[in-house]
Amino acid sequence: MLELLYGVFVGPVKDMVTGPAFLAEVVIGGLAAGLMYSLVALGFVLIYKASGVFNFAQGVMVLFAALTLVGLMERGAPLVLALLVTMAVMGALAFAIERVVLRPLVNQEQIILFMATIGLNFFLEGFGELVWGSNVKKLDVGIPDSSFVVWGVQVNRLELTAAITAAVLVAGMAIFFQRTRIGRALRAVADDHEAALSIGIPLNTIWVVVWSAAGLVAIVAGIMWGAKSGVQFSLSLIALKALPVLILGGFTSVPGAIVGGLIIGVGEKLAEVYWGPLVGGAIENWFAYVLALAFLLVRPQGLFGERIIERV
Amino acid sequence: MREPTGPPSVTSGVPLLEVDEVSVRFGAIQALDRVSLEIERGEIVAIIGPNGAGKTTLLNVVSGFYHPSEGRIRFEGRDRTRLRPYDVAALGVARTFQNVALFKGMSVLDNIMTGRLLKMRGSFLLEALYWGPAMQQELLHRAFVERIIDFLEIEAIRKAGAGTLPYGLQKRVELARALAAEPKLLLLDEPMAGMNVEEKEDMCRFILGVNDEFGTTIALIEHDMSVVMDISDRVIALDYGRKIADGRPEEVRADQGVIDAYLGVSHA
Repeated sequence: MLELLYGVFVGPVKDMVTGPAFLAEVVIGGLAAGLMYSLVALGFVLIYKASGVFNFAQGVMVLFAALTLVGLMERGAPLVLALLVTMAVMGALAFAIERVVLRPLVNQEQIILFMATIGLNFFLEGFGELVWGSNVKKLDVGIPDSSFVVWGVQVNRLELTAAITAAVLVAGMAIFFQRTRIGRALRAVADDHEAALSIGIPLNTIWVVVWSAAGLVAIVAGIMWGAKSGVQFSLSLIALKALPVLILGGFTSVPGAIVGGLIIGVGEKLAEVYWGPLVGGAIENWFAYVLALAFLLVRPQGLFGERIIERV
Repeated sequence: MREPTGPPSVTSGVPLLEVDEVSVRFGAIQALDRVSLEIERGEIVAIIGPNGAGKTTLLNVVSGFYHPSEGRIRFEGRDRTRLRPYDVAALGVARTFQNVALFKGMSVLDNIMTGRLLKMRGSFLLEALYWGPAMQQELLHRAFVERIIDFLEIEAIRKAGAGTLPYGLQKRVELARALAAEPKLLLLDEPMAGMNVEEKEDMCRFILGVNDEFGTTIALIEHDMSVVMDISDRVIALDYGRKIADGRPEEVRADQGVIDAYLGVSHA
């Protein structure tokens, strides 16, 4: 009994204190993974805020973006050109989704729009594989997956690049949505559709902008994950990891998505490394979900989400 | 802001708004039944009628939220029967809602600034950097909004979250947002519902002031007959989706059809 208590409460802390460099490496690895989760969650939040749609297809959009990029590069397009074309494709996709899916379903129940995104999910998955093939592809963005050492701490080049890119993207979006006219319109739409329409905000244009932004986020997430573990169907499953991030951060909060992602990224790495041996490992696979479950019990609106008070 | 305009010029020819034989059906319900009316520039028109008479439907049709099943709507002489709400807003029609539709997560100032969105032009990049012409533009719009804030006497709450305000003030902020768009036609759906006497008096003063100082044409739905009599130039009464009276306030008040609609009449 005492041994168990020691193993849970004292041992890991002692390990952390005695090996600070290793702790730093674990935390950095966690932050890097966490930023990736944040990116995917951000795609969800953007769309959810502006249109109240929970976009089940966000994960597949990541896969689709990565597939398109790799497919183009396999056919000899240089990275920059492939990237630009992929961006155009995601923009066109946003446009098409607005026309074919959102517009006909405007004013329908949320659950119906949600079902529509499940359909979109299957369509994109099939369409992507039809066009680009279903074999695992290697994505080489020219950054070696190797490490360098700062103050005795190993830092992975690819992860560092990914983290910086994600941070720049997130900061850019934050400025765009806070400062610009479209950003103000978008916040208005997120707040009240009817009122937004009445002051002359074209809802449809806003939806295209938002889905394009989510597409852009999907490209970045797709490149980073794809470069790390290859472009394959399992990429779309990282959307599952975004769910606990959303529950933690709140579905409507951009900062929440970022902080939630970081907490889960760091949390699962720490749990895996320090507490994993106690239960035979593999904590990383379920840690996020258990944390989310705990949050649902205590604070269902998430860390930054809007508290929903309904009059009855 | 415009100079105070005189009484509406009767000679300008085309009315600001023409509603021509408009019908709206929701399934079996006839919400509007061949309603025709005109609103002249500079007028304050009150739309009255018992619950379910079709008043809000009429407002929704004019502002593009519903489309008529039959009939036409003309604004400044041009047909715009099938425009969508944001196109209507771009033409210069602003509105408020029966249940206040503010952006509750934003501050009062931001709410009113959204009313200026249609007036803003320029590059997103500059806006993002908050630099050059973009900053100048922002300041100009900000100055205009401040004048509206002064006008409606809501200086003290400009930084407050819109969702945290008491109902009466929310209505005032919603009016401010509508005014920020410098509308030619302002549609108010029960601007005084749920207010106490003092708040109603304030709101009356503002509505008259808007009409007077900005020359804005106003159509409002209102239940309080003393308010209607006080502020409107003309009253239109609806009942069961049909127009039953249209004229000067005292005429409409004396109209037997209107009295019957309100008090009920035995259809013997």
